[in-house]
Amino acid sequence: MKVILRNPRRELDITGPRTVINLLAELDLNREAHLVMRDGELIPGDAALSDDDVIEVRPVISGGWA
Amino acid sequence: MKCVTCRGPAVIDIRRQNANYCVDHFFEQCRRQVNRAISDWDMISPGDRVLVAVSGGKDSLAIWDLLVELGHQADGLYIGLGIGDYSDVSGQYAREFADSRGLLLRTIDLPGSYGYDIPSGSRAARRAPCSACGLSKRHLFDTAALEGGYDVLVTGHNLDDEAAVLFGNTLHWHTEYLGRQLPVLPARAGFPKKVKPLVRLTERETAAYCVLRGIDYLVDECPMAAGNRHISYKEALNDIEVRSPGAKHSFYFGFLDRAAALFTPEADADREDLTACTSCGAPTTAEVCAFCRLVDRAGGHHPSAVPVQLSRGPAAGASRRPSTNEES
Repeated sequence: MKVILRNPRRELDITGPRTVINLLAELDLNREAHLVMRDGELIPGDAALSDDDVIEVRPVISGGWA
Repeated sequence: MKCVTCRGPAVIDIRRQNANYCVDHFFEQCRRQVNRAISDWDMISPGDRVLVAVSGGKDSLAIWDLLVELGHQADGLYIGLGIGDYSDVSGQYAREFADSRGLLLRTIDLPGSYGYDIPSGSRAARRAPCSACGLSKRHLFDTAALEGGYDVLVTGHNLDDEAAVLFGNTLHWHTEYLGRQLPVLPARAGFPKKVKPLVRLTERETAAYCVLRGIDYLVDECPMAAGNRHISYKEALNDIEVRSPGAKHSFYFGFLDRAAALFTPEADADREDLTACTSCGAPTTAEVCAFCRLVDRAGGHHPSAVPVQLSRGPAAGASRRPSTNEES
């Protein structure tokens, strides 16, 4: 599957199948700090991802208002 | 995963609540949490004129949307900070949001009206960019709320923001700040009432709210904020949260319930020393306020004309409020 990461924007190819939770763990990304979307749609932690998917992993931490 | 309310397919899991939600019941949950914050802390009364500090990011657009959905009369205020493309794009998201809903967006252009931007101004004034930015925004939001006759100024601070600030203030025992780290700061001479209705929602939840509501927001991080301490505190707290869901909520709300009042006398004492800035009239502990000193050191100036620009874009549907002649 193609995985799009942000801040900075980059793309990775990762083989499936795996769940959202497993993908974040493999990328060493904190579940509390990211949303995962497939085709622009939010998907939950147990969603199954396959090789054909295009996945966006969107960080949610912002540093503003300091 | 199934929705805890209707057993339909869930789109988000909220581990601190040990609950999953479908789209509709997630919206209901967000509205409930904001309503509870407003009610518990007497943030907004019926009929209040509300000004929302809008950055074009997820939190400020989410709270603006939620307040309007909950029936509050809320205008927005966006400040162009002159941070290159970042400011251009963030302003675009704020305007698009307002236009799509027929809402009033006030804007202040810092370089145009005050003669400095955050990158060059912070260097000239020898302040950290986030410090110069926060100081500028606080002053301009406060002033605009007072001059605009608003009853309350809303900011998009969420649970992660408040927990991270509390974490930093506790690590360094900034007790003078702990006494005023509250979801509501009442109006007093020279300051508007300031409230944080998102304190019961995490930033993962405000981001999810925007995605599910179709609200486009600026995802990219501010280039000036990269690596700041606030972000590192958030990351540390999220490392704890993932092992102990609910830790951030317990930390912050436990502080409010059990400790905040202990620090109130010190915060109150700080406020007693305030006088009017000899330059702009804002409250200050010095002869000239920190904002005017920043403007001076950054090589800027105070505007000669009223700096707030107003615009109300065409609504996708009917306007929520009658049009005005404020665009002058």
